[in-house]
Amino acid sequence: MPAGEPVLSVRGLSACFRTDLGVVTAVDDVSFDLSAGETLAIVGESGCGKTVTSKSIMRLLPERNSFLSDQSRIIYHNRPRRRAAAKDRLPPGEIELAHADAPTMHHVRGARIAMIFQEPMTSLNPVFTIGWQLDEALKYHTDLSRRGRRRRAVEMLRLVEIANPEQRIHEYPHQLSGGMRQRVMIALALCCEPDVLIADEPTTALDVTIQAQILDLMAGLKARLGTAIMFITHNLGVVAQFADRVLVMYAGRVIESGPVRDIFHRPQHPYTRALLDSIPRAGNRHRGRPLATIEGIVPSLLNLPGGCKFADRCPRRRENCVEREPALEPGPDGRPVRCYYPHHEPRVAEPGGRT
Amino acid sequence: MWSFILRRLLVSIPVYLGIILIVMAALRVSDPVYAYLGKNATPETIVAKRAAMGLDEPFLVQYAKFVGRIATLNFGDETSPDPRQRYESWKYAGQSVGLKLRQAVGPSLSVTIPELMLTTTISVIIGMLCAYFRGTWFDRATMALVVMGMSVSVLVFIVLGQKLAGFSLKDAFGIDWFSPSGFEPWWERPFLAFPGDPAERLWGFIPVASPALAMWRYYCLLPVLIYVVVGVGYDTRFYRAVMVEETGRDHITTARAKGAGRAKIMFVHMLKNAMIPVITRVMISLPFLVAGSILLEYQFRIPGMGKLIIDAIRDKDFPIIQAFTAVFAAVFIVTNILTDVLYALVDPRVRLS
Repeated sequence: MPAGEPVLSVRGLSACFRTDLGVVTAVDDVSFDLSAGETLAIVGESGCGKTVTSKSIMRLLPERNSFLSDQSRIIYHNRPRRRAAAKDRLPPGEIELAHADAPTMHHVRGARIAMIFQEPMTSLNPVFTIGWQLDEALKYHTDLSRRGRRRRAVEMLRLVEIANPEQRIHEYPHQLSGGMRQRVMIALALCCEPDVLIADEPTTALDVTIQAQILDLMAGLKARLGTAIMFITHNLGVVAQFADRVLVMYAGRVIESGPVRDIFHRPQHPYTRALLDSIPRAGNRHRGRPLATIEGIVPSLLNLPGGCKFADRCPRRRENCVEREPALEPGPDGRPVRCYYPHHEPRVAEPGGRT
Repeated sequence: MWSFILRRLLVSIPVYLGIILIVMAALRVSDPVYAYLGKNATPETIVAKRAAMGLDEPFLVQYAKFVGRIATLNFGDETSPDPRQRYESWKYAGQSVGLKLRQAVGPSLSVTIPELMLTTTISVIIGMLCAYFRGTWFDRATMALVVMGMSVSVLVFIVLGQKLAGFSLKDAFGIDWFSPSGFEPWWERPFLAFPGDPAERLWGFIPVASPALAMWRYYCLLPVLIYVVVGVGYDTRFYRAVMVEETGRDHITTARAKGAGRAKIMFVHMLKNAMIPVITRVMISLPFLVAGSILLEYQFRIPGMGKLIIDAIRDKDFPIIQAFTAVFAAVFIVTNILTDVLYALVDPRVRLS
């Protein structure tokens, strides 16, 4: 697939939850494109809708108490592509996923859009061997024979740099460490050659050295397989190193987006800037200074303020901020920003390192 | 695994000996011979009976002899000339304790084993569906039915079942499928037969019939079904709670993200993970399979273990009570070991050590 062409287009995505206190809109009118081979980072605090966005795309939100709005469009661009393994059961062209039927989603999930999760310790089924779990995905999405699937499973484990894959496929998840399990999850996600990999905070639960290994592995695999990655994180250090483009979310809304360099050097939204300022940095220059934080907490989705959702915590707040919510419009930089008084000047500090 | 089983069995031996000791001591707190013969018995008859049953010996000798009986599985031989070897039931002279127990096990198991299997299968499936579709009309309606079923007394189901299936079905439609009560050892009949008479053929044309199963159906199916209706209520609620827990696990989301369908998620991913509570519940009720169901066996006049023990208690039939308790304790210990082995078989995280 040629790079640069969108593989996933999200338009006006709104995800709502029915609660005892009424309907809550966890993700409100989110739109973005993901191009082939690109890495898009979605950043924001806890509870800002990152995970709900990713689960909406996979249609993994519980149907019992949640739904996507009628206007939501999630378009997967199915382009013919030579695959070593996966069988092609979807019609070519644009496939709308937000309201797709169950069979379509079964063919998309795992085969075209795959996902890895935050908690490697609990994301694998404890009572089946990892070989069985890889085999299951291959059985759903490929025409490979039993031996072919076995070969492919071993190959995938080798690809994610697991030693002795022939022995490992007979082991159970509890016999592997957290880092190893996340590698297995990556193998599981990539074994059917998906066009899109959604990584929902894949390194948050791991310790720092393992985080680095997993990130290096993902970067290497991305270069090798050309998979577009949607990377969800609150770790901006990881974003700086790993992403091509960034989408900043706050209270279920996109508040700013752009190429990673622009976001780091010329953040327009006060929230983006505050996020960047709160990255801890090493070095004498910063010793003894208190770590910058953002005052306050994310507003409750049950009781959102009428105007700009960030107004309560914003140092640049003026009167009209609380009256009407700003639209996501091109800011001084030309990149979209949801703010009446965006920053014009570049940020002084350099992007933070890996944290 | 075999070494684990052996080790557990060896460890259970002192536990079991302790149980027998307590049981035997407890049964002798008030004189069993006096209780059996009543207050009109003369001292001579009491002494004679006591001597005949070996109850005049020192307690430890009695204990050693009873343990010897258990170890050799010898609960009497009614053909032996020596009355101590015969080890007869007090109430039923000429029948050894062993014979009474052997005769009662079959009828109990003919009802309890199918009952447990059916109840568990149905409850697990309904519980799983309710958990997966929780909050929907299906879940709500099923749970309402279940609560209704649980709230109605077992006796109502028994009386209704006997009336409807045992009598009304026959009177109204001429279907003589269920006996309202009674029992015959169905296993003594041939399992397979090839009847010449078309009326006896399977579904009227397949020239195969099973007189044994037909007889089982006649006497046992109705009690089984009644107990399934009662048991499904309790078990469904339990398994629904277990399965609700399983639907929320992270690896279920992973399975969905892989593209697994509902059936795969429920019957492969959730079910295997839920096997530990399922096994626990099934194994807890396993000793009671052997013990039978007292109420059911009384109402349907099935000569099973439940009826045996209740009759023995009523008749102060001392040797039967003692032997029954010993057998029940042994079954309990064995099922406990079996439970641990099954845990290890379904969950690789469980280690036998």
